Amino acid sequence: MKILVCITHVPDTTSKISFTENNTKFDTTGVQYIIGPYDDYSLARAIELKEQHGGSVTVVNVGEAETEPTIRKALAIGADDAIRINAHPSDSFFVAQQIASVVKEGGYDLVLMGRESIDYNGGQVHGMVGELVNMPSISPVMQLDIEGDTAKLSREIEGGKEQLEVKLPFIAGCQEPIAEWKIPNMRGIMMARKKPLDVRDPADNEQMTDTVRYELPPPKGEVKMFSADELDALVQALKNEANVL
Amino acid sequence: MAIVALVEDSDGKIKKSSIEAVVYAAALAKQISEDEVVALALGNQVSSEELEGLGKFGANRVLHANDERLNQGVIQAYASVVDQAMNETGANVLILAKSSLGDPVASRVAIKQQAALGANVVELPDLSDGFVVKSSIYTGKAFAHTKLDRDKKIIALRKNAITPEEGEGKATVEAFNPSLSDADFGATITNTEKSEGDILLPEADIVVSGGRGLKGSENWGMIEELADTLGAATGCSKPVSDIGWRPHHEHVGQTGVKVSPSLYVAVGISGAIQHLAGVNSSKYILVVNQDAEAPFFKAADYGVVGDAFEIVPQLTEKIKASQN
Repeated sequence: MKILVCITHVPDTTSKISFTENNTKFDTTGVQYIIGPYDDYSLARAIELKEQHGGSVTVVNVGEAETEPTIRKALAIGADDAIRINAHPSDSFFVAQQIASVVKEGGYDLVLMGRESIDYNGGQVHGMVGELVNMPSISPVMQLDIEGDTAKLSREIEGGKEQLEVKLPFIAGCQEPIAEWKIPNMRGIMMARKKPLDVRDPADNEQMTDTVRYELPPPKGEVKMFSADELDALVQALKNEANVL
Repeated sequence: MAIVALVEDSDGKIKKSSIEAVVYAAALAKQISEDEVVALALGNQVSSEELEGLGKFGANRVLHANDERLNQGVIQAYASVVDQAMNETGANVLILAKSSLGDPVASRVAIKQQAALGANVVELPDLSDGFVVKSSIYTGKAFAHTKLDRDKKIIALRKNAITPEEGEGKATVEAFNPSLSDADFGATITNTEKSEGDILLPEADIVVSGGRGLKGSENWGMIEELADTLGAATGCSKPVSDIGWRPHHEHVGQTGVKVSPSLYVAVGISGAIQHLAGVNSSKYILVVNQDAEAPFFKAADYGVVGDAFEIVPQLTEKIKASQN
């Protein structure tokens, strides 16, 4: 089974978010980058499926040279090879087009990615790729098993979940608890250095959106503390001040 | 020309987030001088009366694809129906709620319609220089102002971003018969498990969440009672769903459900940054925790330091009393 896992290179979940150049650029100072947490789940499940069914796991990332440590980490975790589309991922349509061209060429049985990136939180790329390559796309997927040419999966819905069946090939946007994150070991890290990383130019440069500026939410006011004896005052504050009761 | 708003229902009842989409569509129609707001409903569980009621929120017409196969949200089939409805009405704009169905449907329709998609949008667009939407990004830690550079536009609206107000009016409900092929049903839904009668967590106006401080699933009764009293949904922290005290769909946080209620009540949750990422769009946050140093107090508007087992039942009683 040939599996493609699409990974994002995103600021660590604990990063302080700020912008420079008159709020038009993300400030990378002191920011640690990681594989997108949802993508990490996809990668872990892809490696488990490869262990069960054989085949290969390729990772793809749309990003400039600075994303290579993140890609090498995916290789150290157990992916066999990697593709980097050498471009800044500025728009989800642009990213989806790049991934779609890799999917079309590669003949993959399964394409996995996170349900959304944790920077833009769009949750758009899996559906766009599915439409561009004419495959079913299912998200957010919490469980995924393959039997022959059919996948059995469960998808989270508001207030519950649903079970589905779909024939391969298809695209899934994944989330926990699809697999446990895997941590690279020393052997994996050594091997990752030698694994192939194919750098390609973008297939097309078309975009549909353009982010013109960023904004931070207004700073939070001071917390108002109440003691266990002051719950009446708390209820009054919720009722009359916050207007939420 | 028209604006189409996709309406999702839960067992026949239109979701609050979809009503918000209709209200947003009506407000946008005024802003850009479109004359028609068309709500699109799928499946045969939602009644005509329920759909006519969308007139009170600004819909002129409702297209109803009254087809049993659409009761379950098969992503490709939904995308195909939405695409056909946009063609039928000549719509240039589609509004839908960001949801587990909204996201994948919006992205497939974006390709079909060659439409620019704004995700997680929190307010009406700024039209002073193109069509610029404001989206919540970095899990609520920032906003992006994004120009949608296509004639056709899709807006996935963050839940609770706007407050629907009920007006007057009745929408005309028309049958809509899209053509659907087997390929649209490429994925088959074999089973659905849903908590009965609960308020849907991502849609809730008030959320009460419990953490490890509650010491066990057997103690959730007091959380549920407080939630019942407030008309709230219940949530939990990641460790609680990992241990199995509560189901995964109640996990609020970075990798779980993100909520944006008017009031978020956190009981026995210390406030790890990953949890805060799921709640920082809440209008007000109330934290109850025994540990005065819990980081959650820094993000809270109101706080009580003390034993949850004493405070929560008392608070529930006092809120009940205040409601009478």
